[in-house]
Amino acid sequence: MLIKRIIPCFDVLDGRVVKHVGFLHDRRDAGDPVELAKIYSDAGADELVLLDISASEQGRLATRRVVEEVAAQTNIPLTVGGGVSSVDDVRSLLLAGADKVSMNTSAVRNPSLVKEAAHRFGEQCVVVAIDANLNQTMGEYEVMIQGGKVGTGMDVIEWARRVEKLGAGEILLTSFHQDGTRDGYDIQLTRSVATAVNVPVIASGGAGRKEHFYTVLTEGRADAALAASVFHFAETSIRDVKAHVRQRGVPVRWIYQ
Amino acid sequence: MIAILDPGVGNLKSVTKGFQRVGAQTVVVPDAAAWKALIAAGDEVQGVVLPGVGAFGDAMFQLRAAGLIPILRQVAREGRPLFGICLGMQLLFGSSQEHGRYMGLGLLPGEVVRFRDDVKVPHMGWNDLDVVRPHPLLRDIRVGDYVYFVHSYYVEAKQRDCVLAAATYGSISVPGVVGQGNVLGAQFHPEKSGDVGERILHNFVAICEDW
Repeated sequence: MLIKRIIPCFDVLDGRVVKHVGFLHDRRDAGDPVELAKIYSDAGADELVLLDISASEQGRLATRRVVEEVAAQTNIPLTVGGGVSSVDDVRSLLLAGADKVSMNTSAVRNPSLVKEAAHRFGEQCVVVAIDANLNQTMGEYEVMIQGGKVGTGMDVIEWARRVEKLGAGEILLTSFHQDGTRDGYDIQLTRSVATAVNVPVIASGGAGRKEHFYTVLTEGRADAALAASVFHFAETSIRDVKAHVRQRGVPVRWIYQ
Repeated sequence: MIAILDPGVGNLKSVTKGFQRVGAQTVVVPDAAAWKALIAAGDEVQGVVLPGVGAFGDAMFQLRAAGLIPILRQVAREGRPLFGICLGMQLLFGSSQEHGRYMGLGLLPGEVVRFRDDVKVPHMGWNDLDVVRPHPLLRDIRVGDYVYFVHSYYVEAKQRDCVLAAATYGSISVPGVVGQGNVLGAQFHPEKSGDVGERILHNFVAICEDW
């Protein structure tokens, strides 16, 4: 049986892991990405996601050096995102040791990039990250770009279906309005995307307690749940989350004695 | 020494690192000339690894262009341990339906087909392995051990006895580890499968040392 994945995420800024409350403000230092990667990998993380959060706005690619060092420290899959704007960028990060490359703003601006990357390197390494925000005027979830600063007017479900057709092998879905709140994942959003597409969906944004993971993996139909600050600041651990969801009948990879 | 064949498509670093973590010496072989130089220099190549990501047809094209197909056939014939990983395992079989129909190496009997739409595709994530047939490659692999898969196509083996371990995905029994004589393969990524994966890499290295 394929299990549900628990994925810690590193938001990297200038070589350090940071966690911020909301997309835009109040960044707190959470440590060295290479050290954290090793710790989480040993603690039972099923995968790691590393996002260089300033790369896109600074018009550069995620730091290769950090990717290389993190990849060397771990024996679990690594997804990297941040400033990916060409097929060469995808290649560069794959060669640095990423197993999957995540695109967000650049996929919206140039959807053929998703198609080209999937064709060249295989669907399995192409992740499209979608930042969703509930737009009161539209009454729908809107795709946001540039770290949540810019609305696109595009409907999240339609965009998710489109990137699947273009060859995305996975969708990393963040609810912008929940991110950093620790009030729980947006279950309705996650469920509507996870049932609309036939590729795995990673839910992100809002994890605060271990119960939140259970809900998004069951009611939310997510294939994986991603979280950052709850792990970085030791409010819960990967083992605690796995023990909790496992006890309630969700299959997880259990590596502990 | 473990020779890792790379005609320049995939990401070899993690496979190379994985073997190095279990104490193996590795050498990357990009083409037939490099292989011949390696043999001529008297380096003892105890085993060969065929990794691979991307599409089946492209990978066969690259292998052919690099002159590696006759070398793979020779390795299989002379009994030297050969280990295909992910797409590399699929290439060992007869043919694939990925984006058309392509002929594989035909070292193992079977065809590579796409998952039907009753499951999410790619089959991505950690799946437990059922050991179907005990084998030195599966030494110390226990019930409930999970390994990391990521693939959209899977092997329909023509002979069930070449399937050493399988993973249940939806209603499909996906060959996870295959082998016939010295030709071995894993559909998942042992180099990305935590400690369980490292045990499998270690087992392959042990098989090579015995050869």
